[in-house]
Amino acid sequence: MAGIPHDHYEPKTGAEKWLNSRLPIVGLIYDTIMIPTPKNLNWWWIWGIVLAFCLALQIVTGIVLVMHYTPHVDLAFASVEHIMRNVNGGFMIRYLHANGASLFFVAVYIHIFRGLFYGSYKAPREITWIVGMLIYLMMMGTAFMGYVLPWGQMSFWGATVITGLFGAIPLIGEPIQTWLLGGPAVDNATLNRFFSLHYLLPFVIAALVIVHIWAFHTTGNNNPTGVEVRRGSKEEAKKDTLPFWPYFVIKDFLGLAVVLLIFWAIVGFMPNYLGHPDNYIEANPLQTPAHIVPEWYFLPFYAILRAFTSEVWIVQFASFVTGGIVDAKFFGVLAMFGAIAVMALAPWLDTSRVRSGKYRPQFKWWFLLLVIDFFALMWLGAMPAEEPYASFSLIASAYWFGYFLVILPLLGVIEKPDAIPATIEEDFDAHYGKKSEATPAE
Amino acid sequence: MFKNLVTGAAFALALIPAVSFAAGGEGHVEDFAFSFEGPFGTYDQNQLQRGLQIFTEVCSACHGLKQVPLRTLSDEGGPGLPEDQVRAYAADNFEVFDAALDDFRPATPVDHFPENNGVGAPDLSLMAKSRAGFHGPYGLGLNQLFKGMGGAEYIASLLSGYTGETKEEAGTTFYGNTAFPGGWISMAPPLADEQVEFIDGHANDLHHLSEDVSAFLMWTAEPKMMARKQAGFVGVLFLAVLSVLLYLTNKRIWAPHKGKKTA
Repeated sequence: MAGIPHDHYEPKTGAEKWLNSRLPIVGLIYDTIMIPTPKNLNWWWIWGIVLAFCLALQIVTGIVLVMHYTPHVDLAFASVEHIMRNVNGGFMIRYLHANGASLFFVAVYIHIFRGLFYGSYKAPREITWIVGMLIYLMMMGTAFMGYVLPWGQMSFWGATVITGLFGAIPLIGEPIQTWLLGGPAVDNATLNRFFSLHYLLPFVIAALVIVHIWAFHTTGNNNPTGVEVRRGSKEEAKKDTLPFWPYFVIKDFLGLAVVLLIFWAIVGFMPNYLGHPDNYIEANPLQTPAHIVPEWYFLPFYAILRAFTSEVWIVQFASFVTGGIVDAKFFGVLAMFGAIAVMALAPWLDTSRVRSGKYRPQFKWWFLLLVIDFFALMWLGAMPAEEPYASFSLIASAYWFGYFLVILPLLGVIEKPDAIPATIEEDFDAHYGKKSEATPAE
Repeated sequence: MFKNLVTGAAFALALIPAVSFAAGGEGHVEDFAFSFEGPFGTYDQNQLQRGLQIFTEVCSACHGLKQVPLRTLSDEGGPGLPEDQVRAYAADNFEVFDAALDDFRPATPVDHFPENNGVGAPDLSLMAKSRAGFHGPYGLGLNQLFKGMGGAEYIASLLSGYTGETKEEAGTTFYGNTAFPGGWISMAPPLADEQVEFIDGHANDLHHLSEDVSAFLMWTAEPKMMARKQAGFVGVLFLAVLSVLLYLTNKRIWAPHKGKKTA
């Protein structure tokens, strides 16, 4: 591994040497915890720890919930109420789990947008980025299936609508949908398999998280300047970095504590704020809710899904070219998954040699617009499918694709970047000032 | 440094409330001042007991509370009835089908309230959480923090919101109601002034009756609210102290590596 040069673990006692020659686990943990980390990381870098915490929180609370939950269409809703009323502390465990999903997505979106701004996806960190995108996809699948488990009205109808998307695939769509549901409609078989997968996927995510960390521990962290750590020698690397422990562990924990403070207040004082009231009505296949709205974290992509109606010229064009195979519904599905695919391809779409958005005068504005676009799509996803929201959704969707497919490739060519600091040390000192004279010069 | 932290947190918060409950053609929900609103709001035990009486004398004729175990009537943070009273209340008011006896028997505290009797009368266990009375400001729903979801307000507004008009459609009578979405509801006005008499002579006009039974239904929907808020308060306090300690620790360990701040 061509990591950043640093001190490695040396077994000293006989016992340590004995263990190390058989299983170098202490060294692995040491190297992971003591990894040299760019010392100029700002507060946008705390969300990785928040995400790791979320995964642990969801797995722990989830395992406890499973002890009391019954995955059956006749019993699921009542078993959730049993958790809320009879299980000791059950109401807190469930509210933590339900709101934990939201915290997870808040964190992942900030984490992703941090990567998009500081160019964390660029070479040599493409694998970290791709694995991250896979984790994000898995998270969406897990969250979606988890929302079905309480078997409320939104659970049922959300499952019906979303699995219906697969039905939009030409020819093989309907068999796939039936296969996914385990029958012609959302029913007990669906609930059971969603429960099974909802329990499985978090462990797949955990494995991918290890790969994600492995990848960026190999390349080293990106940092706000996008300038690489000097690797000529240990001494040189030390000028740009500090070990993860204790400097960044404590800093990340501080960030985590503040985030959890807000999270805990929401769980304690307004735990149903992010849920939908309809999900406190037991699932009823014979009664469709007035508005079927996905959870907030799906809204941006839900807006893209709905934006491409049969009146849009590009949809008509696609339909014409493919002889009607790609209809509006299928186009919407393609657009929704495409919106994530173009994001995953960012490492190859961004042509700029400069990594960090900090030194890209034009990019900054386009990026800001992307953030606004994301919130706009989120808002539009919750609005009814009618004018003027439909037109706004189309414009906002167009910008999402435009940013990745047009702006990122073009900007690299036409933009004149600002001056970049030569080293991380220079950037750090410019911000915090040189160390006091009392400290001996290295 | 702290400014950046606050910006980060603000961004996190800004992401959260992007939920908006799409609301079309909803009725008018009056903002009742319930005792359980806000982070420090608690249930008023007397009010819950009055609400239980109203539910028993009026609502339970058609509606059920199937998710609610009768024994929870003696829970702290609920109506808080003594256990012997709960036993008597269960036996006097409800019969349940016992599969072991293959017959009906008087209810005991371990039983739940019965399911609804009336066709089309929805179960009320979770009604106060399955209706959101408030969506503001700007559809963000943030006022929940201070007012709650407004489910209890919705129920109270509905009960006191009959206009007195009726209409017939396809053989069903509908009653004009200012709170019900669409303005017409098939439930006849269930409550009227002085319909329920309280032993302590508490006010029993329609407005008060509506308010009391809605408070009771908020409790049936969220029986652990007071324990939850307490856990929230303790947790927030603990995390606030932890944050301060971590802030000081962080500042101290980084100090040797930072010079005097110039920028």
